[in-house]
Amino acid sequence: MHSNTIEVQLENGSRTKPASKIMRSFSLMVLLFSSFSVSATPQIQTWQTENGAKVLFVPAKEIPMLDVRIVFDAGTARDAGLSGLSVLTNGLLSEGAAGKTSQQIAEAFEAVGAEIEYDAARDMALVGVRSLTESRYLSTAIETLKQVLTQPDFPQDAYQRELNRMKIAVKARKQSPSALASKAFYEAVFGDHPYASPASGTRESLEKMTLEKVRAFYKQYYVANNATVAIVGNVDRWQAEEIVKAVVSALPAGEKAAPLPEVKPMTEAKKIVIDYPSTQTHIFVGQPGTKRGDADYFSLYVANHPFGGSGFTSRLVDVIREDNALAYSVYSYFSPLREAGPFTMGMQTKTDQTEQALELLNQQLKKYVEEGPEKDELAASMSNITGSFPLKIDSNSKLLGYIAMIGFYDLPIDYLDNFLGNIRAVDVKMINDALKRRIHPDKLVTVVVGKQGNGEKEKP
Amino acid sequence: MNMKSIAGLLAIFTLSLGWVLYNSDEPIPEHSDEAVQSYQLSNGMKILVIENHRAPVMVSQIWYKVGASYEHDGITGISHVLEHMMFKGTEEHPAGEFSEIIAANGGEENAFTGQDFTAYFQKIANDRLELVMELEADRMRNITFDEKEFIKELEVVKEERRLRTDDKPTALTYERFNAVAYTNSPYRRPIVGWMEDLDTLTVDDAREWYETWYAPNNATLVVAGDVLAGDVFRLAKQYFGQLPTSEIPELKSRHEAKQYGTQRLTVELPAKIPYLVMGYKAPILTPEVVGTEQEQELYALEVLAGVLDGGNSARLSKNLVRGQEIANSASASYGMTARHETLFVLSAVPNDEVAIEVLEFALRDEINTIKTQLPDDKELDRVKAQVVAAQVYKQDSTFYQAMEVGMLDTIGLPWKIKDDYVEKILAVTAVQVQQVANKYLTDDRLTVAVLEPLPNGTDDADNTDAVSLTGEKNAQ
Repeated sequence: MHSNTIEVQLENGSRTKPASKIMRSFSLMVLLFSSFSVSATPQIQTWQTENGAKVLFVPAKEIPMLDVRIVFDAGTARDAGLSGLSVLTNGLLSEGAAGKTSQQIAEAFEAVGAEIEYDAARDMALVGVRSLTESRYLSTAIETLKQVLTQPDFPQDAYQRELNRMKIAVKARKQSPSALASKAFYEAVFGDHPYASPASGTRESLEKMTLEKVRAFYKQYYVANNATVAIVGNVDRWQAEEIVKAVVSALPAGEKAAPLPEVKPMTEAKKIVIDYPSTQTHIFVGQPGTKRGDADYFSLYVANHPFGGSGFTSRLVDVIREDNALAYSVYSYFSPLREAGPFTMGMQTKTDQTEQALELLNQQLKKYVEEGPEKDELAASMSNITGSFPLKIDSNSKLLGYIAMIGFYDLPIDYLDNFLGNIRAVDVKMINDALKRRIHPDKLVTVVVGKQGNGEKEKP
Repeated sequence: MNMKSIAGLLAIFTLSLGWVLYNSDEPIPEHSDEAVQSYQLSNGMKILVIENHRAPVMVSQIWYKVGASYEHDGITGISHVLEHMMFKGTEEHPAGEFSEIIAANGGEENAFTGQDFTAYFQKIANDRLELVMELEADRMRNITFDEKEFIKELEVVKEERRLRTDDKPTALTYERFNAVAYTNSPYRRPIVGWMEDLDTLTVDDAREWYETWYAPNNATLVVAGDVLAGDVFRLAKQYFGQLPTSEIPELKSRHEAKQYGTQRLTVELPAKIPYLVMGYKAPILTPEVVGTEQEQELYALEVLAGVLDGGNSARLSKNLVRGQEIANSASASYGMTARHETLFVLSAVPNDEVAIEVLEFALRDEINTIKTQLPDDKELDRVKAQVVAAQVYKQDSTFYQAMEVGMLDTIGLPWKIKDDYVEKILAVTAVQVQQVANKYLTDDRLTVAVLEPLPNGTDDADNTDAVSLTGEKNAQ
């Protein structure tokens, strides 16, 4: 599911059994407490490094492993007209650092069973590592991570190689109707806003790429004041502080990235049609949606759930898939970003059903914005969102994702503690009000990628 | 997950992650709360429990011993279609109600079909165990098979096939590669089924398949998470214990016939990038092999896959992606756990201007190197270090742990083998790796598939950044 939208969480990773008599009374209290609220949120510890990086830490002692993730405001929104720059810079960090070749870096991590992660999305660019906490392994993993993060060499040969690989990624997009549709959708929804920038770049933008631009991008954005460090695992606070210091203290303080421009609302409906020889038409419909910390965020989150966010029990699945058998996958979601990310409805259907599917999709949205959810629909959604809360943070990986997000978007540190309360505070009036103000069925972007014109008829 | 079934995904999953996927547990001394506790009901149904008290949640999975490899020509895809029908209601809980109840109780649910299994799962708060059991017991025996629902759901499945296979050049190539690589093995057929077969399936086919295979004596329940094994056994007995058994057909063994020489195919499709797949017939871990000398060969094959593609430092990345810079990506995979003989697969995407023959030559060259020169100890140590670490990391997912034992049990292997997995990997020597390469990676076991792109009309689509595209292409 495209659940990058979903925010839920909680639960105290550790639920120890009474180990001694002294512990027992405490545990009983925990159990009593549990029967009312199901679980407690993790205690997030937070501090700032001397050079300005923000740190969020959750100790998790059950498994002898550690995750460290450093997130920078250096995603594709910072491409500044040269799409692909963020992704290329991020990918080159581990392709040569502190005099080591990419081969030597990979060997260093893999010899101790460590897994490096790196990624660049719209807002965030991140680097991190998962390692065993046994010190002979962990120290190598942390030292290598530090080199990758703070001493990348950006060697010319690695640059050329990775640039060539991105050119293949651009080609790959042209044999994927969903990737073509997604790119066109972002471009139409965001226009000249930086969120329109396609992650892998374009043929044109990659022609204009230079190594100097990569170095300059790194120098500007991979700095402590622009960094959030998330750390989850089997270490104590003092160890976490040492690890964070070891990894980021060599980063220059630098400056926080400038605010992004606001996303402008759509002024009119737009339709993008791309001819592609596929058996299905890929459809995206949407518009700018909501941002992190938005006053309507929780209302819209709950509103979307029964509409297209709850999988099998959503209206879209009910109408498009169950009643009309038009699609295997149909959904809607808000992708909250630093500025307003998209509200997206998506589906794929056999070519000759395209018009029927589009009409149903639009009809459903219009009706929902006008009438809002039914009472029992809303009740079911409320009970799903609140009841599934413990599942959202039942592992170190999930927890890491949440605290990185909380730190990166400057959400309140008690965001998880208050999540359920914020959800429960939403009522049908708030939903109807938010839907009417924020979703405009007459100003939607519609992208269709599939066979156009003659030859629409597929063999049954 | 949004998808009712991750059939196609799972096929790719096991192929691309093969050797990492079937790790075991264990290296953590004090945390033995991953141990599997088992119980069998008098009707033959097996119950496996992995207690893990980190969070007040659990995952419940029911595994049926049936999947695409149980099918025969003409009804391909029936296991997967039946999986979809399992959400279409019983007398007690009409269509849609199963999902509604799970959702209202804060659960997540789905199902997936593979070559050797069909499985259904829920992730939910630990105090909802009984509810889940009641629902799963009901649909093990009481699906109603409404014809109208079937006809609609079949269309949904066809859309799924279009999405996952027909419109994905590499997936379609891989499907045809399997169809050629295997001569008579059931693995030559796609899990989702041929479209031509889907067109002819009827509700009676689905009902018959259900009545044949869905019974307590052909199922295993796995529950992992914050539960007590005793509670699970007691509730299982209460809800599944009364269900009648079926006489489960015994399938013939269907060993893959001998291959004579390298097999080749070309798949021509609208696409932009060529793609190469090479598969060598490879043995699997059968119950008979467990504990014998031959078993070590299989672990050696997994280490061999690791030497080639165990991380970014491994040979394919080192020599083909970097080094010669002829591959955009290259991978090797092998998994020993399956019901039938499988494939040791190499696949790669060439860089621009690199002929596919050059890439094939380079992959063969990597294999020849292993056949003639012993891999060095540091390389083997890196592969093994990653296996050891993965044993620890996997504890972060109870779902994965449940899946591991469920899958082993369902393909007929003692799930206890997972406890010895690391030890056996650690015991693999460089000489053994070389021996299995010489024995199994031979031309008379090889099939080569090449995707040759045909024009797809997107040469000019998509080249530019936002502004110009939206400016030009606006209609309406």
